[in-house]
Amino acid sequence: MIRGKVHKFGKNIDTDAIIASKYANLSDPLELGKHCMENIDPDFGKRVEKGDIIVATTNFGCGSSREIAPMTIKGAGVAAVVAKSFARIFFRNAINTGLPLLECTEVVDATDPGDILEIDLSTGTVRNVTKNLTFSAVPYPEFVTELITAGGLVESVMKKMGREDKSPG
Amino acid sequence: MTLAEKILSAHAGRESVKVGEFVNVKVDMVMASDLTAHIAADQFERMGAKRPFDPKKVVFVMDHFFPNKDVAAAEQIKRLREFSKKHGLLFVEAVDGGIEHVYLPEKGLVLPGDVVVGADSHTCTYGALGAFATGMGSTDIAVAMVTGEIWMKVPPTIKFNYRGKLPPWVTGKDLILYTIGRITVDGALYAAMEFTGEAIEELSMDGRFTMANMAVEAGAKTGIVAADDKTKAYVAGRSTKPYRVYTTDSESDYASIVDYDVSKLEPQVAVPHSPDNVRSISEVSDVQVDQVVIGSCTNGRMEDFEHAARVLSGKRVHPDIRCIVIPGSQEVYLAALQAGLLEVFARAGAIVGPPTCGPCVGGHMGILAAGERCASTTNRNFIGRMGSPRSEIYLVNPAVAAASAITGRLTDPREVVDR
Repeated sequence: MIRGKVHKFGKNIDTDAIIASKYANLSDPLELGKHCMENIDPDFGKRVEKGDIIVATTNFGCGSSREIAPMTIKGAGVAAVVAKSFARIFFRNAINTGLPLLECTEVVDATDPGDILEIDLSTGTVRNVTKNLTFSAVPYPEFVTELITAGGLVESVMKKMGREDKSPG
Repeated sequence: MTLAEKILSAHAGRESVKVGEFVNVKVDMVMASDLTAHIAADQFERMGAKRPFDPKKVVFVMDHFFPNKDVAAAEQIKRLREFSKKHGLLFVEAVDGGIEHVYLPEKGLVLPGDVVVGADSHTCTYGALGAFATGMGSTDIAVAMVTGEIWMKVPPTIKFNYRGKLPPWVTGKDLILYTIGRITVDGALYAAMEFTGEAIEELSMDGRFTMANMAVEAGAKTGIVAADDKTKAYVAGRSTKPYRVYTTDSESDYASIVDYDVSKLEPQVAVPHSPDNVRSISEVSDVQVDQVVIGSCTNGRMEDFEHAARVLSGKRVHPDIRCIVIPGSQEVYLAALQAGLLEVFARAGAIVGPPTCGPCVGGHMGILAAGERCASTTNRNFIGRMGSPRSEIYLVNPAVAAASAITGRLTDPREVVDR
């Protein structure tokens, strides 16, 4: 169960906003996290607390393919992102780096900054504790759930490679 | 099936695929840059992989922070050079290099009908060749490097039909900016954009690369143009490998069809801070600028510099302007040198730099101060993209950029070019 305070953003939050490319040489998530949203909300890195939740409208994560974008959000301590829609490369990167994403228009519309959300990832249920409202997020496609269950893309490939290593011939 | 669906189907070893279906596809080329390859290399090693599936189908191109902009970039590139040597990958750096999306097509590393994945969002550029090319993150790329396969969700294809002949100084850049302005930055989210129509047939390969390049700016998975005689002529002499040309079966295969009459289009400008914030040049010609950038994976090819040189020939850059010209590859640099274009730029007072992504990604060679404005032929005008979060970027075609360098404000090329 994820429980945290909401930071709300608008539409088309791009990867340069999430982490400016001048930090692309960094790889420590905690270091990256300090610069999260720096270009559009310079104090975010200081304000955000571990377990907090980002809520945004449409096309969250558009722009670059940089995988440090979801790594930065995780590094800042954010436990999940709830949005009306996600940009496709960001979606893949978040799955691959273990940042939970939930697509749910109703939650976004009903939630204000500072509200407390409770998220049950296993059911996709999102509860706005402050307003006492409960919603269901769009479930992940089965294919993606299988990847997550396998522990992520890399892990699923490692398992497959392990099998191939043991195969005869 | 559409052109995009046919390519995915062939690479999934299937008779057909359906929109929304998840498929594993074989890849013909895997690419990463100095900005993304290090994480792919980390994941490659974490997986305990001994070797890439095919070293000749993996290419690392050093371009974003190249030539090494600081110690961190130098260390990263050094590590990637060693990694590439160890595994026998194609490693592109100083000798005959360039920006990845200019370099791969011109070296014949992408052919019509191919599936290409790259750890860079502008990998969709290669769709101009009639290939299925898309950007991904470094971990996905590492998996493709090891297995030669990648999972994809089959996207719906939206057909964009451009009717009419383009007016002078109106280019592929203007078509794609106009399109993004109309459909917005998530107007083609998860979809493939197929560009068709009279204006596309007339467009040069360079113009088509520009259009496909910015498909991601509309949220698309790829932008694609069916290969025609121009494509075949471009590929001939760059590669001797056989390739397949696919085309869409029927109009009913498209998820939707968008139709534009572009015969009266003006040069377009995306104003801050989003590529869909698009105006005609006449609406913004009073905007003063401090810097002009001509180059990038969007507009760093020969035709782009020919257009810029036609405007700048015999003229002078405004004394308050930094005009930075960056050929997209060593091949383009040499061609521009031989054609006398670099002399035109230097005599006009522009600075000619080495091939690099440089300022587009806020790396180096043209970073903006607070309050500064840049007219740029690049692809993104996000807040802080080229430097200070309080700077501004205006996305334009190369002729508009060159004309703006002369006057110091956003300028229609027709205003400064002698008829």
